[in-house]
Amino acid sequence: MSAISLSGVKKRYQKNNVVHGVDVEIEAGEFVVILGPSGCGKSTLLRMIAGLEDITEGEIAIGGTVVNKLEPRERGCAMVFQNYALYPHMSVRQNIGYALKVAGMPRAERDAKVLKVAKSVSLDPYLDRKPGELSGGQRQRVAMARAMVREPKVFLFDEPFSNLDAKLRVAMRAEVRNLHRSLGVTSVFVTHDQTEAMTLADRLIIMNAGVVEQVGKPSEVYHNPASLFVADFIGSPAMNLVRGFFGEDGYFRHGQGGMIHLPSLGQGLVSREVSLGVRPELVQRVSAETKGAITAVVDYIEELGASRLIYANADGSRLIAVDTSNDALGTGMPIHLSFAAVDAHVFDHDTGRRVDLGDANSAATRARINA
Amino acid sequence: MERRAFYRNGTLPWLLIGPQLLLVLVFFYWPTSQALYWAFTLEQPWGGGNTWVGWDNFAAIFRDSEYWTVVGRSTFYATVTTLLSMAVALTLAVFADRALKGTKLFQSVYVWPYAIAAPAAGVAFRFIFAPESGLIGAINQMWPGIWNPAINGWQALGMVIVCHAWLGIGYNFIFFLAALQMIPKSLSEAGAMDGARPFRRMLDLQLPLIAPTVFFLLIMNLISSFTDSFGLIDTMTEGGPFGSTEVMVYKIYFDGFKGFDYSGAAAQSIVLMLLVIALTIIQFTWVEKRVHYH
Repeated sequence: MSAISLSGVKKRYQKNNVVHGVDVEIEAGEFVVILGPSGCGKSTLLRMIAGLEDITEGEIAIGGTVVNKLEPRERGCAMVFQNYALYPHMSVRQNIGYALKVAGMPRAERDAKVLKVAKSVSLDPYLDRKPGELSGGQRQRVAMARAMVREPKVFLFDEPFSNLDAKLRVAMRAEVRNLHRSLGVTSVFVTHDQTEAMTLADRLIIMNAGVVEQVGKPSEVYHNPASLFVADFIGSPAMNLVRGFFGEDGYFRHGQGGMIHLPSLGQGLVSREVSLGVRPELVQRVSAETKGAITAVVDYIEELGASRLIYANADGSRLIAVDTSNDALGTGMPIHLSFAAVDAHVFDHDTGRRVDLGDANSAATRARINA
Repeated sequence: MERRAFYRNGTLPWLLIGPQLLLVLVFFYWPTSQALYWAFTLEQPWGGGNTWVGWDNFAAIFRDSEYWTVVGRSTFYATVTTLLSMAVALTLAVFADRALKGTKLFQSVYVWPYAIAAPAAGVAFRFIFAPESGLIGAINQMWPGIWNPAINGWQALGMVIVCHAWLGIGYNFIFFLAALQMIPKSLSEAGAMDGARPFRRMLDLQLPLIAPTVFFLLIMNLISSFTDSFGLIDTMTEGGPFGSTEVMVYKIYFDGFKGFDYSGAAAQSIVLMLLVIALTIIQFTWVEKRVHYH
């Protein structure tokens, strides 16, 4: 039985469709991250699980019980809000203990519980302070302690780190991960930050414009993107995506007369408008004599320290390659690039979905996912 | 860094504030100075100017037990009016803030009473409360004679209080609604996640956070109920029956313009002014020190 089950969930505000029918099963104890750009409906989806938004259509079940008609308090979820939403007039102790107070727990028992939870997130020295007297990271921890103290069936996080600076964000990420490992509570975490998503998630739900683009493990999403959107959205630098079509001669035609010899990929795709995708780290610089090498001109170079990114122009199409050599390279210099056909992805340009490229490509992808 | 705008022309600023200054001088400082003059003097019995009598006028009104009855009645009037008006306005604001259906409409409709002049409202309420017809009069058909504010003093006072409270609801409503909407929505949502029902959230989360507004309105309403009741009382009861709706402002009017005791009325108005000043000082000291949540 799934911990959370969404079936055909839709959200409409007046005439605006915000979420277009989501079907996802979340297993007990899983850490699931909903990732997507702003306005893609990810927060709305989370708030529908929490009970803070009505469900226009479809069904949400938590622990096997349909919760569509239940109030937030009856759903067994705890939530960490983007701006923490701490009660400013209450001390840290009162903030954490409020849910227990509302539930009618006797004071002594409540205080003991609050202290225990506060200790677990190292907040015990600050119990009598007001939220206004705490730093951003401490406030964040109060918000988490407040969620933990209720021992919920499900944790919901709504972009909880977006107000923190970069360093604190990394620290809090580790803290949330450890917390999940020790408590094992099913968690749903919403973010637009892909690094956060990739590092935290057991599984990712990638959303765009109210539609789930792909559900899968971080490595699956990275190495086997199900759509053009996911291919472009996940990964930094983004995947090379070259628009064009396959000819009957086995050449992929793109840009201004560009031709790439890929005889194993083109079958069954002749003349269909597609995008060819390759991860920059799988594009190699090769010598001019290499068979099938793509000739390109360096546009500019981004130095990353351990490696550098070469932004090149191949007959009007942009190609990015990760380069670890120390060769002297500069703008305007010709280079030769190559990649293995099994590392390529092809996306249909009209539907935006991935095109199955046969066994060789699937095997290469599986190997990378499992690596 | 201090930033200031200067006028090169020295007379322009005076021209700009002139009209306002004139109004304040004519309608506030001039009457106040006249009241002070009358409060410390007494007109000679056979004319021929006023005699300085010091605090005698004040001593006379403070010795009068009837005056203290009126002060007590005014305090009761102000307290009940304030509490009633604020309680109703807060309830309406809480519902309007919850974004129920039709909120947009109610947000403006609830403000309307504030725009009605007190005498007009007084006349309207006289019809509503008329014992022989009116809405409330209907209960006289079931229990004849049970409702008659023309005879029953408490009923008359209650009637005026209800009307005064009703007039203030719009003003209070705007402030309450604004204060409630300043509270981030996520606080209420966090409360809901923590298991608190709407009423509990109002008591535990919203009320403490709008406390500064509550205090501000409390003072404003008290001042208004002490000073603005004349128009209502004059149109609805004229202080009657048997003086049971006579409050401080009405007594000033009555003693001064009906009883021709200018000096006694002036002394009373100085007392009322001091009361309002005291309330204002409390208001300002609180506003200065008021609690700020980040």
